[in-house]
Amino acid sequence: MTNSIIHIFLALVMPPLLLGVIGKTKALFAGRVGAPFLQPYYDILRLLHKGTVFSTTTSWVFRAGPIVALATTAVAALLIPFGAHPAPISFTGDMILYAYLFALGRFFTMAAALDTGSSFEGMGSAREATYSCLAEPTLFFALITLSRLSGSYTLSGMLVNINFSVWMHTSAALLLLVGGMFIVLLAENCRIPFDDPNTHLELTMIHEVMVLDHSGPAFAIIQYAAALKLFVLGAFFVHLALPYSTGNALLDWGLFIISMLELAVVIGVVESVMARLRLIRVPQLLVAATILAAFSTLLVIR
Amino acid sequence: MSFGMKTFYNGTSFKRSDIPVPDNDTFFQGVLDAITAGWRVCSYFGVPTADGATLYCVMSARAGSGILGIAATTVGRTFPSLASLCPQLHLFEREIAEQCLTRPEGHPWFKPVRFQKPLCEGKGFWSETDGGGLTPAVMDFYRVEGDEVHEVAVGPVHAGIIEPGHFRFQCHGEEVFHLEIALGFQHRGIERALIGGPTPRTVHEMETIAGDTTVGHGQAYCMNMESLGGVFASPRAETVRGIALELERLANHTGDLGAIAGDVGYLPTASFCGRIRGDFLNMTALLCGSRFGRGLLRPGGIGYDCDAALVDELHKRLQAAREDLAGAVGLLWDSPSVMARLEDVGIVTAADAREIGLVGPAARACGLNRDVRRDHPFGIFRISQIPVITATTCDVAARTLLRWLEAERSLDFIDEQVQHLPRGTYRNQMKEIAPERCAVALTEGWRGEICHVALTDDRGRFERYKIVDPSFHNWNGLGLALRNQQISDFPLCNKSFNLSYCGYDL
Repeated sequence: MTNSIIHIFLALVMPPLLLGVIGKTKALFAGRVGAPFLQPYYDILRLLHKGTVFSTTTSWVFRAGPIVALATTAVAALLIPFGAHPAPISFTGDMILYAYLFALGRFFTMAAALDTGSSFEGMGSAREATYSCLAEPTLFFALITLSRLSGSYTLSGMLVNINFSVWMHTSAALLLLVGGMFIVLLAENCRIPFDDPNTHLELTMIHEVMVLDHSGPAFAIIQYAAALKLFVLGAFFVHLALPYSTGNALLDWGLFIISMLELAVVIGVVESVMARLRLIRVPQLLVAATILAAFSTLLVIR
Repeated sequence: MSFGMKTFYNGTSFKRSDIPVPDNDTFFQGVLDAITAGWRVCSYFGVPTADGATLYCVMSARAGSGILGIAATTVGRTFPSLASLCPQLHLFEREIAEQCLTRPEGHPWFKPVRFQKPLCEGKGFWSETDGGGLTPAVMDFYRVEGDEVHEVAVGPVHAGIIEPGHFRFQCHGEEVFHLEIALGFQHRGIERALIGGPTPRTVHEMETIAGDTTVGHGQAYCMNMESLGGVFASPRAETVRGIALELERLANHTGDLGAIAGDVGYLPTASFCGRIRGDFLNMTALLCGSRFGRGLLRPGGIGYDCDAALVDELHKRLQAAREDLAGAVGLLWDSPSVMARLEDVGIVTAADAREIGLVGPAARACGLNRDVRRDHPFGIFRISQIPVITATTCDVAARTLLRWLEAERSLDFIDEQVQHLPRGTYRNQMKEIAPERCAVALTEGWRGEICHVALTDDRGRFERYKIVDPSFHNWNGLGLALRNQQISDFPLCNKSFNLSYCGYDL
């Protein structure tokens, strides 16, 4: 029970901090002081205080977009185990729900974007649809590999199962998986090299261009949902890359928080040292991620 | 071969009666022949008359001779369009139609340029359209028809904090078939305000033609005023002007390098260059108190003298900025992800560039070896030359590399000049400007060739003062660079040209 409360508390409160850490890391590389760690929280609060403008050409779909995106991500947050602690909700086959909750949220974000009738948002939706369907196979190959390794069909079972000795036995497969999933993590969360969350150039954006017409509280929800998505997918990735556990419940929570912050720093470093890909090259990298994950599946199945 | 033109050197003036005024056929054939022989149009404009206009064409000979030529002809309400034979004339002809109400017969793309009122009384050609041809970007755009073709309209309100312009893309998926650019939102009526000048305000108007090219346009204006007034700037003044011009180039090239890095999401160079650009602007402020060089160039010399301590300080800051810039820009060439993003994007072939008459870094990145500082030297550049850099790959990477190499040459130049600053007066007294004369001044601003033509009337006032900003030549280059490119590469291509909206709109 205590663990479930801590789980929900972390999922609700911590996500924007990751964005703050990424921002700070990038600022350090650029030789700047950077915004405070808590800036994303301030931004969300500021947006919540504003009014919302709805275009008269939009329908209920446009308003549903942000809410469905947040709701699906929040449910996904309940399915994923944080650190060594199992998730509050867990049942056989929950990983399929996990994968398609994101798809549902994405569908509504894209539908809301198309609802505005803007040419920019249409382009953004087209890009998002293309890239997400290329990212999906990687996730499923990863899930197959993990369930094969653990013999479990629940997210908690397959992810908590990974520990140091599993790594020792199947290091090649897991290494491939870490590579593939990191690429998917960056792509799904619209980070550099796939998308630049800080750009203001609507012609080059993917995710940001789809939410151009949202404002005020609706936009705050979108920003928060995006941070939560990074947190949830990050938690999945941290299981693969940093499978430490101590056995002590409190220490494990601390370890999880530190691992997530480390992940944010790594993302910040990646964003600082490389430029964006040309959009035309993005599918190639995503296919590469799929191939990495497919080989890891081959390695554990043979 | 001068094709019946009056030939002269940059920065000189001559009697208006010396300008040959052949009949129409000889004039237009002469312009065509000159362009075929490799001459280039610097300026082509009209002066309205009671029943038509007098057209003046200023051309520059092939590199090496340093010769400029001018000819004129009188036309009625129509004149034959040469745009389909010489694409570099196409905007000039539209501008003549808009300003002087004389129609270029057979113009392939007859539309307003700036949506401005004509310089003479009368109705424009586009009065039937909504807005009377006076509302920017209200016109028919080129359209590609087809099931999967879609149109994307960007602007005039821009996502970043820059000037307004409207861009209309015809796309097939992510691929751009055609880009049409509509400007005119920044039109302030500078040329109209200059008629009857110069007034005490004129020099300030010159400095704000394009705010980031204050020194470039100021230099051209000062040259015209000095040649019309028979005054010379002292060597000391010419040297400081040269330093200011190169500082302006450095500041803007640095800013552009940072902006290009920012557009591809490469943070370190973007942040460092933003700061270093400020360092160069502050060096200009050291000379005159204004970061953009306002008040520095004045007809007859410079507005402020500089003492030895100031020169030392400038030298010191320059050394520091050079090291910083080399470090920041070096990161670009060392990052494969950045180079992959820049290479083979936004190519304008050398043939196209020559055809549409590109100038400045945009032309040199296509391998065209043209630079006013060498081809038509003015001021300090008559004594101290800066090597001309060209690149061959014609893409965004070439335009980026070229900016860095030019910045290096400019740093060397300033370094040399501050160590041997001539002594003497910094400002000579201006005299009244002469009546019935024509003066032409070309300078190499950081965007490229700036051309100012002054025609004075019998009282020594401007009858017409024609300004051509390099952006006027180059906007078409951006349109061509986008052909068959990804629409997502537009911001990057745009940044690699970094053209002026207000310099075009005047």
